[in-house]
Amino acid sequence: MTTLPAATPARKPASGAQQKLLAFASLIALLVFFSVASPNFLQTSNMLAILQATSVNGVLAIAATLVIITGGIDLSVGTLMTFCAVMAGVILTNAGMPLPFGIIGAIAVGAICGTISGTLVAKMKIPPFIATLGMMLILKGLSLIISGTKPIYFNDTPGFSEISTGSLIGTFVPSVPVPNGVLILFVLALVISYVLNRTVLGRYCFALGSNEEAVRLSGVNTDAWKIAIYALAGSICGIAGLIIASRLNSAQPALGLGYELDAIAAVVIGGTSLAGGRGSILGTIIGALIMAVLLNGLRVMSVAQEWQTVVTGGIIIAAVYADMLRRRRAAS
Amino acid sequence: MTPLVRMTGIDKHFPGVHALRAARFDLMPGEVHALMGENGAGKSTLMKVLSGIYQPDGGTVEVSGEPVTINGPRAAQALGIGIIHQELALMNDLTVAQNIFIGREPRRSFGRLDEAQLNADASAIFAQMKVHIDPKAEVRTLSVARQQMVEIAKALSFRSGILIMDEPTAALNDAETNELFAIIRGLKAEGVGVVYISHKMDEIRRISDRVTIMRDGAYVGTVHSAETPIETIISMMVGRDLESVHVDIPDLTAAPVALEVRGLNRGRIIRDVGFSVKQGEILGFAGLMGAGRTEVARAIFGADPRDGGEIIVHGKPATIRTPKDAVAAGIGYLSEDRKHFGLALGLDVRANVGMTSLARFSNAMGVLDEAELEKTARDYIAQLAIRTPSDRQEVRLLSGGNQQKIVIAKWLLRDCDILIFDEPTRGIDVGAKAEIYRLMQALAADGKAIIVISSELPEVLRLSHRIAVMCEGRLTGILPGGPGTRQEDIMRLATMKHSAVEEALA
Repeated sequence: MTTLPAATPARKPASGAQQKLLAFASLIALLVFFSVASPNFLQTSNMLAILQATSVNGVLAIAATLVIITGGIDLSVGTLMTFCAVMAGVILTNAGMPLPFGIIGAIAVGAICGTISGTLVAKMKIPPFIATLGMMLILKGLSLIISGTKPIYFNDTPGFSEISTGSLIGTFVPSVPVPNGVLILFVLALVISYVLNRTVLGRYCFALGSNEEAVRLSGVNTDAWKIAIYALAGSICGIAGLIIASRLNSAQPALGLGYELDAIAAVVIGGTSLAGGRGSILGTIIGALIMAVLLNGLRVMSVAQEWQTVVTGGIIIAAVYADMLRRRRAAS
Repeated sequence: MTPLVRMTGIDKHFPGVHALRAARFDLMPGEVHALMGENGAGKSTLMKVLSGIYQPDGGTVEVSGEPVTINGPRAAQALGIGIIHQELALMNDLTVAQNIFIGREPRRSFGRLDEAQLNADASAIFAQMKVHIDPKAEVRTLSVARQQMVEIAKALSFRSGILIMDEPTAALNDAETNELFAIIRGLKAEGVGVVYISHKMDEIRRISDRVTIMRDGAYVGTVHSAETPIETIISMMVGRDLESVHVDIPDLTAAPVALEVRGLNRGRIIRDVGFSVKQGEILGFAGLMGAGRTEVARAIFGADPRDGGEIIVHGKPATIRTPKDAVAAGIGYLSEDRKHFGLALGLDVRANVGMTSLARFSNAMGVLDEAELEKTARDYIAQLAIRTPSDRQEVRLLSGGNQQKIVIAKWLLRDCDILIFDEPTRGIDVGAKAEIYRLMQALAADGKAIIVISSELPEVLRLSHRIAVMCEGRLTGILPGGPGTRQEDIMRLATMKHSAVEEALA
């Protein structure tokens, strides 16, 4: 038996880990910078505000990460979030049903819409960009129609605002009143991280983004799995809808457009490849935190809001460029 | 003994192509059965039928004596048929073990994966194969040879009794090939039947028991590898005793050299290629798929990087790093994929003809002189007999032959006097082919130097004044054109491996 010359030891792929490290280092650098620049920045109330601001975008970014790892894109996460919030309003306020029905309803509506997007992509072979662009507009329109373009308030459902603004942790540890919205984000991040790395669904997520044809030729029902992934992403959008509606104590039907771009930005900053096949929830959370810290820090430093948007744009380009450089170095 | 596989009367049509015509094949347990034929003979198509990727239009497939319908990859797996595709079908971002068991991951409750079991199962297969690969390594970090081993492990993991290998050694070096053969012999001893598709004669002799030859989608014959001379196999592949073609070979002894290439190298794809073309000469490039002909053309044209090599144009060394440099030096490259790289299909004839020469038709402000463009386009339409209603016709509406002429016009307008044609008649019907041939001959008579890369031997023989043959990135020989050269001579050079070349030179 001959052996291959110099069996190359499996070189740990630097790629994903390095990008995550880079993102994490940037986050720390931003925190240090703003702490030095402004004494108000590092206060507990401000830190909690940053986390609170991350919760909605973070949850949406988790949904977007799943789809992007399969090599797709989901532009409908923002308006789907709003649609789910409006449906929760219909169930709780208009129909007067108890709270659990509203929660389950919102998540179920998200899953159904995700299933539709997934079917458009997998079965009807519509490019994900177009399919979810269509869904984005349809859902925005439906939200306005169903709500009669007016906000639906949750005043009749007393527990509803607790979903986001209450603090389960605070009741046990009063000194750390972390809002439930933030708790939900981190628990969800752990769960989806587990799903991605330890379950069949997660495995096919990466496999589809890596080489869909190869997966199909291996006898896997790729269409069904792809639909399942979009459905999971949709149900996560439902959770985001509950968080934002709870925080505003109302379903705002005009909200939602633009959230998808923030979510995708967080995913990209976190090192998930838009080409599919690689990415992580940890990276996405760090990406969402970077965006929130940046916006908050600039605001604390009294930088005009217009400039905050410009800086965010610059950060996205810089993050992707850093990724390209690393990739080119890895290739050569 | 019951054959593992018996395929009879297999028919398969694709739009415009009759890919398989009553093809047949059988495989015995513990046998390595080679499948040979020229490019497009139907070998891969037949094996894709066996592995459930294509559904045949007619014919029967029996596995272990039982008639079966194989309606997908999964059905093939269930029958113990594993295939290793010519182009590796792996997921680069996943680990070795994850690739091997994709679709069949050991699971625990709630769809959770049993990663430890997964890695252990993969290790067990590698132990059986006697190779050492880390199941946790990401596939993209492995060499092509090791990725090949992963594919084999994947096929074996189905407990495949039937293993199809489509050109498995295409990217392997000699040591790696030896290791592969050791694995194949091990499988053979366990009674696995192996279908081995390859172009390489010496490998067929070394590893296979029988050879089935296919041509034009049909079965030609099956012979025992050990006792059949290579010449017999080649003539079975080539088939027809070609009607002698008349090639007018001009006397070019006094003609100046237009392009000379020395020591061209690029990794393992192009190895030390050198040749020259004279003004007025048509140099054919023959070889099997993957021999490196297109790569040589692209390297000369500056479309791909080179590790080394000199390019001398009209006696002067030329620095060519980008296609722009090549065009400036007067070299035009007509890609095999006209529609992707040669034409803007949605634009009209006029716009396409002028595409690379717009600077000539515009004033200082960049405004185009449409009248001049129109006149030029009409000149070429007349000169090259392009059949189009007008110069405003969208190119996508024209036939393949006329599209090719527009690409030619584009390069002529750019004053290119060295033209590299890559598969110039692919997708062009027979009548238009003859016209393209005449046009190329006329261009040569006009003093242009022409290189023509073609996988169709009759085409090479019909056009070329000289024929360069490549195999595995090397130039294995240059034959004279004309009736003295037979297809068999070309095939021999095209299948000559490195070792054989050295022997011939020694």
